Amino acid sequence: MADNILLDKVGLRLGGQHFRFDGSLPGGAITAITGPSGAGKSTLLNLLAGFEIPDQGRVLMGGTDVSGAHPSQRPVSLVFQDNNLFAHLDVFTNVALGIHPSLKLREADRQVVLQALQRVGLDGFAKRMPGTLSGGEKQRAAFARALVRQKPVLLLDEPFAALDPGLGISMAKLLLELHRETANTVIIVTHDPQEVARLADYAVFVESGAITLQAPAAEFLARQDLPALTAFLSG
Amino acid sequence: MLTGSEQRWRFAWGIAVLTGIFLFVGAAVAALLSWDTGALPSRFFTAYTWRILQFTLLQALLSTFLSVVLAAPVAMALARRPAFPGRIWIIRLMAVPMGLPVLIGALGLIGIWGRQGMVNSALVKLGMEQPVSIYGLSGILLAHVFFNLPLAARLLLAALERLSPEYWLLSSSLGMRPFSVFRLIEWPAIRRVLPGVAGLIFMLCVTSFTLVLVLGGGPAATTLEVAIYQALRFDFDPPRAIALASLQIGTTALILGAMMLAPGPGDGGVTAGRAMRRLDGVSSPARAWDGLMIITSTLFLAMPLASIFVAGLKADLWALVTSAAFLRAAWTSFAIAFPAAVLTILVSLAIIGARQAIADMRRPGRIMTWLSAVLGATSFLVLLVPPVVLGTGWFLILRTFGNVASFAAILVGLINMLMALPFVMRVLAPAVESHRRQTARLATSLGLSGKRRLWRIDLPVLARPILTAMSFAMVLSLGDLGAVALFGSSDLTTLPWLVYSRLASYRNNDADGLALLLGIICLVLTMLGTAGQRRQRHG
Repeated sequence: MADNILLDKVGLRLGGQHFRFDGSLPGGAITAITGPSGAGKSTLLNLLAGFEIPDQGRVLMGGTDVSGAHPSQRPVSLVFQDNNLFAHLDVFTNVALGIHPSLKLREADRQVVLQALQRVGLDGFAKRMPGTLSGGEKQRAAFARALVRQKPVLLLDEPFAALDPGLGISMAKLLLELHRETANTVIIVTHDPQEVARLADYAVFVESGAITLQAPAAEFLARQDLPALTAFLSG
Repeated sequence: MLTGSEQRWRFAWGIAVLTGIFLFVGAAVAALLSWDTGALPSRFFTAYTWRILQFTLLQALLSTFLSVVLAAPVAMALARRPAFPGRIWIIRLMAVPMGLPVLIGALGLIGIWGRQGMVNSALVKLGMEQPVSIYGLSGILLAHVFFNLPLAARLLLAALERLSPEYWLLSSSLGMRPFSVFRLIEWPAIRRVLPGVAGLIFMLCVTSFTLVLVLGGGPAATTLEVAIYQALRFDFDPPRAIALASLQIGTTALILGAMMLAPGPGDGGVTAGRAMRRLDGVSSPARAWDGLMIITSTLFLAMPLASIFVAGLKADLWALVTSAAFLRAAWTSFAIAFPAAVLTILVSLAIIGARQAIADMRRPGRIMTWLSAVLGATSFLVLLVPPVVLGTGWFLILRTFGNVASFAAILVGLINMLMALPFVMRVLAPAVESHRRQTARLATSLGLSGKRRLWRIDLPVLARPILTAMSFAMVLSLGDLGAVALFGSSDLTTLPWLVYSRLASYRNNDADGLALLLGIICLVLTMLGTAGQRRQRHG
């Protein structure tokens, strides 16, 4: 079983807003982060990714304190909502950057990239430029890169929000398959309750800069006692 | 996000560049102010300086008024005709005067409106006694309108095209007459950008040098900039130059201050993307009026340009191109313009990089926020101290070190660099910012930094805007007469200076030919600089 991610009394002030995150995100599972917009979902993800450094407290991954570590030094891969690919580099190069940023590839590395593309359903797309891909294909390429990076944690920031609903479902299926194959820890920010139901083992509710509820997904979706959560689930 | 060492380096470069610019400008101003201060106050407001100041403001005011008032109907006509064959070419034509070296434009105007020009010949044939004069106030106004009407028209057109298409559908379904459309839709849109547009043109006309030098220059038609130049170059009277330069800095500071209060003129970009349906333009009077406006303004702009071409071809171009004078001037021009353009790019990137480094700090603090604002305003503030003033100051400093001519080329290059800075920043800053928005987090998360990011991620994308900005800077420097005017001599002859001296010695034929050559060089550079943009849009 993979290690949990620990947020040890993490405090952060951005502009006039205060954030305070405390808790543990289970390793080897899919955890959905939800909440009203502006509540701090993305800030929480940025703290995990290393785009924000906490003022107080620690972030631990795999038992190691990564609070001050540069984003590239953390055991995480990232998939954003968009701009996951460098528009001037072809799909192969974009994925290969996940193996090593210098792009010094051995033959075995090239095979790994091609296999990853094949796995996400982009066989034959290696030479294509991102501009010629659909939104779903771009996200598949981003998944392929996350695969070759082989990091224990995958962070996703509303990765399917820009896609059609149908496409979102099939992409979620792919994510689930990849998760089962690699047994990685997945943290996904989403504003869609159905996505929580489809994907997540656990769910976290973020409200005014703090985690107000953390529960297994089924229990989370059935909760009635938090007004903000009820509004979120019915919205 | 940057690594710590990257952040420190960018910061250091930004500070270095900022210090360099302030030292360069500050030294010039200090040299001016420390010269013979005892006699100064009495020289500020003599009858002479007062007259010059009055004329400077008067011609700028009239030029601005005429440019804007004449541009408005042209912009409205083009907005009401969103699709007709050749429209895009007319709008492109309106961009030409902005990129054209001012001296060449002046020659074209003389070709049409001069004593032997088309207009006056026709007027004489019609039996008119007094032809239109291209010299003096009327000539300066004509030239300023030639250069600024298209600028105003493009900015106003952009403001009109930013209105949502539904406005026009709504206005016609409500049965609005043209005057109501003007009062309720067009005028409010124009009024919003008017202070910015007028302020920009006023500033350009107050600091106008080349046109006034060529078309005015007599005691009755001299602006501050030209008077400074004359005080130094002809009379060698530094105290008078200092008094005039101080007036000039004071005036531009006031205008810039006023402009900062007004909303900006917006972007002159052509927004032909959206389909506009203007049902209010189908009536025959509307068609006739729009046609008249568009054709008149097109002729007004195109004829001087055609005249440059026709007059230039009359010269013995081959003999000119192979003449030692041309080759030497061309070499000098490039030897100044190329390093100046490269330096402009480096300085701009240093400023942008430092601001980015500050923006990346999580809590920049008051000093850093202030520093970032200063960095951003620097490129703008160099407008405060015009080239002639910079040249004057450095002239006074370098005089004590021996022959100024030996430093002149470097000085002209540095002044050209500062002049190009605001334009280059306007191209590069948004390009770098949008590139950063798209790639910064991704590059950081993949551990791309330093040289790797520069070569793989930044340069491939930014090469295009850098080339565009560099071509702008080179064209500006190649066509500039303002900085070189103080130092131009047989030792330092750039192409514009060569054209100007041919013109001054009444060898108009040579001047026309050289102007055509310089115009072609600038056109080719502009085309090279902007060539990839269309391709990029497809890709």
